[in-house]
Amino acid sequence: MNILLDNEMKWLAGAVIVFLALSSITAFILKKTLKSDEGLALTANLTSRIRAWWLMVAIFFAALLTRGVGTIILFAVTSFLAFREYVTITPTHRRDHRALFWAFFVILPVQYYFLYIHWYGMFSIFIPVYAFIFIPIRLVLSGSYERFLERTAAIQWGLMVCVYFVSHVPALLMLDIKGYENRNASLLFFLVLVVEIGDVFQYVWGKLCGKRPIAPSISPNKTVAGFVGGVLTASLVGAALWKVTPFTPLQALAVSLLITVLGFFGGLTMSAIKRDRGVKDYGTALGGHGGVMDRIDSLCFAAPVFFHVVRYFFT
Amino acid sequence: MIATIAAAAIRFLCGARAHGHPDAHCSRPVVYFANHTSHLDFPLVWAALDPRIRAVTRPVAAADYWGRSRSRRILALGVFNAILIDRGHVSRRNHPVKLLADAVAHGQSLIVFPEGTRSSDARIRPFKSGLFYLTKALPDTLFIPVYIDNLNRILPKGEFIPVPMMSSITFGLPMEAHAGEHRNAFLARALNALEAMAPL
Repeated sequence: MNILLDNEMKWLAGAVIVFLALSSITAFILKKTLKSDEGLALTANLTSRIRAWWLMVAIFFAALLTRGVGTIILFAVTSFLAFREYVTITPTHRRDHRALFWAFFVILPVQYYFLYIHWYGMFSIFIPVYAFIFIPIRLVLSGSYERFLERTAAIQWGLMVCVYFVSHVPALLMLDIKGYENRNASLLFFLVLVVEIGDVFQYVWGKLCGKRPIAPSISPNKTVAGFVGGVLTASLVGAALWKVTPFTPLQALAVSLLITVLGFFGGLTMSAIKRDRGVKDYGTALGGHGGVMDRIDSLCFAAPVFFHVVRYFFT
Repeated sequence: MIATIAAAAIRFLCGARAHGHPDAHCSRPVVYFANHTSHLDFPLVWAALDPRIRAVTRPVAAADYWGRSRSRRILALGVFNAILIDRGHVSRRNHPVKLLADAVAHGQSLIVFPEGTRSSDARIRPFKSGLFYLTKALPDTLFIPVYIDNLNRILPKGEFIPVPMMSSITFGLPMEAHAGEHRNAFLARALNALEAMAPL
C-alpha cells in the first residue's frame, strides 16, 4: 500500500482535531446555558454525536498509521457490522440460514482479501458476478421456493451496499495516480470528510431554515433548504481542500458536488429501507444506540462512484 | 477469566443488547426463566448477567444434548457450570425439582426454560408444570422473566453454525407464586410476563 504519513496528513489530522475540539467546547457551553427541556435534549444529542465523531476519527487515523492493512481491516469490520444490522431488520427465511453464513464468513472476507492483494479485476466483479450467482444457487439447494426472488434480492442488495460499495472506500488506496504517489490516504480522507460534512450541514441548514421536506413520507427531516445548503457548504469545503487532492480547484468542486448529492441519496435510500421495516435506526432495531449503518449510509453510493471517477480520469 | 472471555465472545457473536436490570437482585439466589428458541439461549442469558451474579448462576440444560459428547460436556460443566437434567429417566433420587431446589439452597441462582424444549419459530410454547413445582419447593425465591429476541434466527433449531445477527435480551420484573394459587393460573401469569416483553 502506498501510504505516507507526510506533513499533509498531519495538517489534515490537526485541522480535524481542532474542529472537533471547538465542537466539544461549543456543546459544553450550550449545555451550561440552555436550561429548557428542549435545549437539554438537543445538547445531549449533540454531545453523543460529537463523542461518536471523536471515536471514529481516532479509529480512522489509527488505521491509516498501519499503512493500509489496518484501513482494509477497519472497513471489513465496518462492512460486517453494517451487514449484520441490515440482515437483522430484513425478513429473512429460515432456509436462508446457510446462504447467510456464506455471505458473512466467506463472501465478505474474500472481497476484502482481493483488495488486500491488489487484484482489481476480481475485486470489481467478485460480488456482482460470482456472489450474485452463488446466492440463488444456495437458496435453490435449500429446497424452498417461497418468496424466492424477494429473498435472493434481499441478500444480494445487502452484499452490494454493505460489502461491495463500502469496500470502495479503502480501494482508493489501490489507485496509482500520476504525480500523486504515496498520497492516496489524503484522497480517502477527502471523500469521507466531504460526504460527512455534507451530512452535518444538511442537518444544520435544515434546522436553521428548512421548511419544505424533499421526501416527506421517507425522511421528514430532510428539507430542500437543508439539501441545497448542505451540498453547497460541503462542496465549497471540498473545493478549498483541492491542494490535498489530485484535482484542480474547479475539479474538486465538481467532484464534491457529485459525492455530496450521492451521499444525500444514499442516506435517503437507507431511510426508505428503515421506514419499510418500521425501525428508526439500524442499530436501535433491537434497542440501544444508533448503528454503524446509520453512520455510513451516505458513503455507500458516494464511494464507488468517486472511486471510478478518479480511476477513469486520473489514472 | 475463561468465563469473562467466553461471555464477551457470546455477547459479540449474538450482537446482544441487554435491557432491564441484569444486575439487580444479587443479594440472594433467584430463578431466571426464559423463552427457548436456540441452543444459544442459556449461554446468552448467562453472558448477559453481571459478572458477580454470573459466578453464582447455573443454567439448567438437558443431559441428552449437553452431555452427549465430551466437548459439549466440558463446555456445559466446565465453562457454564450447568446443571444437566436427565429428561429420560426421572426418579425420586434425581428428580429435577429436588436437584434445582438443592442448588438454590446452596446459594446458587438458576436459568431455566419452562417450555421444556426449543420452539421452532418465535412463538412461546405452553409452559411445563415444572416451573410451578419449583415455586412450591422454593417459596421465598424470586422468579425473574427473561425474554430473548432473535436468537432463533442466529442459530435456529436444526442448524449447527450460527449466523451473526443482532439479538436482545430483556430482564423483567420479579414475580412469585401467590399462596394457594392454582398451577395453571400461575403458569399462565408467568407466560404472560414473558409475552408482554416481546416486540410487536
